[in-house]
Amino acid sequence: MARPHGTPVDHFPFTFVIAAAGPFPSSTHNIAYNSFGDPCRSLGVNIGFKRTTMSAIEILDLEKSYQVGFWRKREKVALRPLRLTIQEGEVFGFLGPNGAGKTTTLKLLMGLVFPTGGSARILGMEMDDPRVKSQIGFLPEQPYFYDHLTARELLNYYGQLSGVAAKLRTARVEDMLERVGLMESANVQLRKFSKGMLQRVGLAQAILHDPKLVFLDEPMSGLDPMGRREVRDLIQQLRHEGKTVFFSTHILSDAEALCDRVGVIHQGELRGVGAVVELTSQAQGKIEIIFCAQAVPAGLTQLGAEARVSGDMVNAVLPEKQQDAALEVLRRERLKLISLTPVRKSLEEYYIQNMRPMEGPKEENRKGVGV
Amino acid sequence: MNAGRADARIGFIAFNTFREAVRDRVLYNLIAFALLMSGAAILVGEISIDIERLVVVNLGLTAVSIFGVVIAIFIGIGLVSKEIDKRTLYTVLSRPVRRWEFVVGKFFGLTGTLVVNTLFMAIGVLLALLYTAHKFEKMDEWVLVALYFIVLQFFIVCALALFFSSFSTPLMSAVFTFALFIIGSLAEDLRGFARMSHGVGGMLATAIGYLVPNFSALNVISQVAHGDPVAGRLILYNTLYAVFYSAMVIAGAVLIFQHRNLK
Amino acid sequence: MSARRRVNIVAAALLLFSMTGAMAMLYAIDGLGRSAVTQEALYINSPKVLRRLSLGYTGLLADIYWTRAVQYFGTQHHKGSSDFRLLAPLLEVTTELDPRLLPAYQFGANFLAPKPPSGAGMPGSALALMKFGIEHNPDEWRLYYNLGFLYYTELKDYARAADAFALGARIPDTNPFMPILAARMAQHAGEFDTARMLWFTTYQSTKDTSIRENAVEHLQALKVDEDVTQLEELVAKYRQQRGHLPASMSDLERAGFIHGIPTDPKGHAYKLMPDGRIEVQDPQDIYFITKGLPPGESSPQPRPAQNKDTKPISR
Repeated sequence: MARPHGTPVDHFPFTFVIAAAGPFPSSTHNIAYNSFGDPCRSLGVNIGFKRTTMSAIEILDLEKSYQVGFWRKREKVALRPLRLTIQEGEVFGFLGPNGAGKTTTLKLLMGLVFPTGGSARILGMEMDDPRVKSQIGFLPEQPYFYDHLTARELLNYYGQLSGVAAKLRTARVEDMLERVGLMESANVQLRKFSKGMLQRVGLAQAILHDPKLVFLDEPMSGLDPMGRREVRDLIQQLRHEGKTVFFSTHILSDAEALCDRVGVIHQGELRGVGAVVELTSQAQGKIEIIFCAQAVPAGLTQLGAEARVSGDMVNAVLPEKQQDAALEVLRRERLKLISLTPVRKSLEEYYIQNMRPMEGPKEENRKGVGV
Repeated sequence: MNAGRADARIGFIAFNTFREAVRDRVLYNLIAFALLMSGAAILVGEISIDIERLVVVNLGLTAVSIFGVVIAIFIGIGLVSKEIDKRTLYTVLSRPVRRWEFVVGKFFGLTGTLVVNTLFMAIGVLLALLYTAHKFEKMDEWVLVALYFIVLQFFIVCALALFFSSFSTPLMSAVFTFALFIIGSLAEDLRGFARMSHGVGGMLATAIGYLVPNFSALNVISQVAHGDPVAGRLILYNTLYAVFYSAMVIAGAVLIFQHRNLK
Repeated sequence: MSARRRVNIVAAALLLFSMTGAMAMLYAIDGLGRSAVTQEALYINSPKVLRRLSLGYTGLLADIYWTRAVQYFGTQHHKGSSDFRLLAPLLEVTTELDPRLLPAYQFGANFLAPKPPSGAGMPGSALALMKFGIEHNPDEWRLYYNLGFLYYTELKDYARAADAFALGARIPDTNPFMPILAARMAQHAGEFDTARMLWFTTYQSTKDTSIRENAVEHLQALKVDEDVTQLEELVAKYRQQRGHLPASMSDLERAGFIHGIPTDPKGHAYKLMPDGRIEVQDPQDIYFITKGLPPGESSPQPRPAQNKDTKPISR
């Protein structure tokens, strides 16, 4: 870390990167580019980045299949050509059931397995560029570390491997221990650690060298509710520090709570990508209006509304494109509008719907790719 | 970001391997066992009049060799496959660590462990020798040469264990490595067989005789037990042989590991 | 991709380079002439101890020691050395580990007793080996044959040789020559036919190339000895009839004593010397001959330097 963030600066023609180029960006720096995450999250639509921003990850038709069977080799597809772009500062959730291809994707990006086809760029560099590795952190699923090392030794070891200068290392290790709440057990050998504690060590090692981009494979699995909460908080913190977080999970609520965007993957195939809000509303195309009235106005029924009267309020659901006409009806009738909301599927509904075996052309299923 | 230097990372990996091995209690048990063997050597020396030195050197060096090989295989096979099994490798390789650095680092960590381990066992043997003879003699320096050759054997065994471990399961790696150790100890006989047979079989036997690790020339235990000197040129050739052979096997391990999908 | 490919290339180059280096070192180690495995025999010279050390894997170990014995003899022979000290212990270890390894006894009978450089010059060890073999394989005619052969060729003890052949002749599927050899020992031991039968039996009863080669050389030498004896007799007869020695082989032919000019097994014509003796063209060309040599020259022994074959002993 003699020249922190040195070489890759050439690849980052953006000022905010240089602003964050200190060895360990302080929180004040980070707030500066926090604004990238927020708009995309608060607006339920695909805003598109107007500024020329940096893609943290660009996956271009990355695919992987394995030869299985000893004699008669068969091809087992682990990941169909995947095209996905993740922006800097984004928290991206990779959602899918176990065995869907999430871990395969992460292993491909980490260079642990080699792709059968396609390529990917991480932070503007080819994914197998050795320089990439010093700027990313990785937490594998259910991490396991050297039994006979203490948490402190382990973090120090990873710091060494990441090229963190000796002077900074000690302080950084202590920081991390504090941050994941392992100060008490810092000198305990890891074989005595519980699953949850190992997960914390894993998180600590993933962010130890202050990477720009953090990959977390099922970071919440195997944790108690307390632990899950802490991991969520940690991911939120990373977001505020401006890190890009790519995490895989099979738990919907985690994705819903944390992610700017999610990608849904099933049977090795990406079924949809988009902001959580977008994914859950896009397919429905309906709105729900609630207003004060004793009966359903005839004008609304003509617009194709399904309405219900309950007490002195009416609840009507009608196609989104009839929204203006419906409001016109209400105005004419001088009825008081209480609310107008798009009807959303829950992410769960979307998820379940997309987990069915695929039909139809692939293009349709790539809807939403490339924000 | 400056990712540090390859040699530094190899050093860190080697040291970590060494630390892991040393903290593994099995290692201590084996050292204790080796010391016990040397103790037994003294006892046998007491019983067999006139050949105490012979028995102490023979038994002591044989114990050093066998224990070392067992340790080398025991740790060596786990080095890569255990790290894959337990997924510790994932986090290591997600660092700016290249795969070849990992393999080379592991090799040095393992040989370092064995050198330290042999050092302890060697002290045991020398103490036993001192105990029986009450003083060191000129010919005892050849015992040190024999110990050096044993260490050279360990280099080759470590490299082999690492090689098999880079593509096979721990159990199979252990079997392969041990089998090669046995075959390698008979390599000179294998070349003898080769010289006696003709045609394709003979050529095959010659090729195998030269390709398998040649442990027989590295075994001078009975020679030094009798106080006979070891030729200087043999020391040179054996050293170079061990270096070349380990380098060859490690290069092979790197080549395989480079292409391995860590499923 | 390029970083990975670079590592691949460097690793492959290193692999080839160090493989070459290792092979070269191995070659150099072999060239030191100190065979680690045969050296062992110097230190572990108690076959019984080795048997215990073998942990029951005596068969394999016997095979290994058998190879070592053959290799050792071949290498020493090839070097032209007359030091065969380790042959006896190696064969003893081999047979102690596997007393039924018959080729080892035959090898011992042929190469342990003869004087260096054609053998180790240890007839005592050879006899002990044969007796050990007979003790463990009383139903093998070959061992009796080997014992008789030893008594006959090296010790010239024809009575004992006869006893050995007679004992071997009683075994059911014995070689048909055995009873004949036994019978001939009494009166015709010194005759060429007896010797020829013996070496022929040796040739017949083995597949070992070195033993066969040895037998062929002896058979050729016998032929020379027989030819020379016969020719010298004819020369004496000629002198008796004509009162003077023949001037050349052609004189003998013209007188009708011989048909054509006789040649030795190597195809060279025999020489008639002025004093009426017969000599071979090149005394160094035919091994083991006792006749047809220039005066004072001893019977040549096979010298490895003359062997066209570079392999130490086989073929």
